[in-house]
Amino acid sequence: MTRPSDGQRRQMLVDMVSARTQSQRMWNLQRQGQIGTVAPIDGHEATIVAAAHALDPAHDWVVPQYREPLALRRYGPEVLEQFLLYNIGHPAGGHIPAPIRVLPNQISLATQLPHAVGLAWGMTLQDDPGVVLAFFGDGSSSQGDFYEAGNLAGVLKAPVIFLCVNNQWAISTPVHLQTAAESFAAKAAAFGIPGVKVDGNDVDAVYEAVHGARERARSGLGATLIEAALYRLGAHTTADDPTRYVPAEDLAAARRNDPIAILRSRLEAEGLWDAATQSEVESAALTAVDAAHERARTMPLAPDALLDHCVSEDSPRLARQRLALLAEVEGTR
Amino acid sequence: MNELNMLEAINECLHAEMARDDRVVVLGEDVARTGGVFRATDGLFEKFGEDRIFDMPLAEGAIAGASVGLAIAGLVPVAEMQFLGFAYQAMHQIAGQVARLRYRTQSRFDPAITIRAPFGGGVRTPELHSDSLEGQLANVAGLKIVVPATAADAKGLLASAIRDPDPVMFLEPLRGYRGIRDQVPDGEHLVPLGSARTARPGTDVVVIAWSHQVELACRASDRLEKEGLSVRVLDLRSLVPLDLAAIAEAVDACGRVVVTEESPQTGGFGGEVVATVVEESFWSLEAPVIRVSGFDVPYPVGMVEDLYIPDEDRIAAAVRRVLEVA
Ligand SMILES: Cc1ncc(C[n+]2csc(CCOP(=O)(O)OP(=O)(O)O)c2C)c(N)n1
Ligand SMILES: [Mg+2]
Repeated sequence: MTRPSDGQRRQMLVDMVSARTQSQRMWNLQRQGQIGTVAPIDGHEATIVAAAHALDPAHDWVVPQYREPLALRRYGPEVLEQFLLYNIGHPAGGHIPAPIRVLPNQISLATQLPHAVGLAWGMTLQDDPGVVLAFFGDGSSSQGDFYEAGNLAGVLKAPVIFLCVNNQWAISTPVHLQTAAESFAAKAAAFGIPGVKVDGNDVDAVYEAVHGARERARSGLGATLIEAALYRLGAHTTADDPTRYVPAEDLAAARRNDPIAILRSRLEAEGLWDAATQSEVESAALTAVDAAHERARTMPLAPDALLDHCVSEDSPRLARQRLALLAEVEGTR
Repeated sequence: MNELNMLEAINECLHAEMARDDRVVVLGEDVARTGGVFRATDGLFEKFGEDRIFDMPLAEGAIAGASVGLAIAGLVPVAEMQFLGFAYQAMHQIAGQVARLRYRTQSRFDPAITIRAPFGGGVRTPELHSDSLEGQLANVAGLKIVVPATAADAKGLLASAIRDPDPVMFLEPLRGYRGIRDQVPDGEHLVPLGSARTARPGTDVVVIAWSHQVELACRASDRLEKEGLSVRVLDLRSLVPLDLAAIAEAVDACGRVVVTEESPQTGGFGGEVVATVVEESFWSLEAPVIRVSGFDVPYPVGMVEDLYIPDEDRIAAAVRRVLEVA
């Protein structure tokens, strides 16, 4: 049983509170038309933060879906900065600078899972001691890419951790329409790898599971599938109206199990947290997200930036398209 | 007649087709209980129940692949891809199986499958929600590709697509869902697949377009009319089958041609239209054909997407250029 230290648990709560505060600010920015679609983090904080804290950012890769970046503070402030740049719709938002071991958001569901296996496999081929942790949703688990990646990881004994964030919903589709299996973790049996289901609202449980899977991967025993069960407390995204389909009583019950409230009351009882800390953390988080937004808003953008980075060198046709675009932009100034 | 937006027209058609033929079933992600992320399938679950419309597990490959099986079983599946960019997850089924069912069973089975999907840009969506894949799909033999530009046509073409014995990719412009409104005939309304429509009359130049580009081409035509130019707009309505006669007729009448599309230029369906014009109407041409298109990059992120999409200015500029040749 590997429990996080008091210091780690306190830092986890800092990251969780920061993530929620920033997510709520981003929701408002979206509503004011300042940034694009936002997928709120509410309810997912314990799982993502505890997983990140069980990893070693210097060696271990995180392969996200799209909801995770705000909770990856452990991987450096650049993750938040690039996330805002991405959200504002700036082309440079996709570039998470080296040496940060975090891949950009993946919108095309479950496609990141074979990538994660390939990355883990490639690392073993080069004696890189790190592991790869890939996030994916309950909904994404229905994709062929999930089964193909799980199978491949099993065969290769790749050092990869598949972390299924089961928030009970894929937009409006509830988990019972997604699978008839008794759990998402049970699917590990088909891959010949261990599968564990944990309470995704409990940082200790998630930390322990990820820590164990990481030890296993590092000792050459291969992949693990972890299901973290939690509840999506907000909308799917800013484009969604969950009141149309989420039963109010289920949501009310889930709110009584809010991962932040749970950890906060534990830490307060242990004398590791108080109201002053809470408000300090919230205001620092707001300052950071607003600074990241300001940076994104004022980031230079060349008129032909949309043509960059598609291929390493312009083809003759793309070169012509670039000239035409620049002439057009010039002409309208 | 009723003034409807495109979404309402599509929804009305789905209600009517499900009522007309109880073999019609609807399947897709989030289509039943919430009526689709855009509400295109709103009310169908309440009216037709859980044996006719299905919230599917999140797997486009299984949605397209199961549609093949449903068709073999004698049903008429109307599947939804939540966004056309996620049809990539189903390409091995759509291109490799749906399109070939008739051919490989030598017509034992009718692949009466309709796959609806929104596509096209202008609404600041995340990655892969806006890409125009019609050119890629048109290169798959066996698929019909339908691309309505008005609400009335969306209703009439969707009804024809559902009744068609062959597989149809029915591609709906995202920006048109709420942005395009027009008079839609009540009751039964069928527009045959493979018939183009003259969206604006004109004699100096013809702009050939489909889907949301038709709207932009019409705006360019209206603007150029004030400059004394007579610009016809031909709305192809379906890319496969292609209305060869309507293209030839328009080119013969105008002699100058602009083709506009939202997808990247290289390999886009616009090239197919140009080839058709050259093959069928070479001697009517008074100037080289001009293509307007997106750029040869993936559909970009929000801050730069307005630079990517061909707009009415680009179309108008192309019209002026094609008129410069004496
Ligand atoms: C391949 C693919 N199909 C459909 C979508 C549209 N879509 C976006 S999010 C989503 C639901 C995802 O659910 P889940 O994996 O459980 O993640 P959650 O949003 O609950 O975190 C859907 C259907 C997509 N992005 N990619
Ligand atoms: Mg989910």
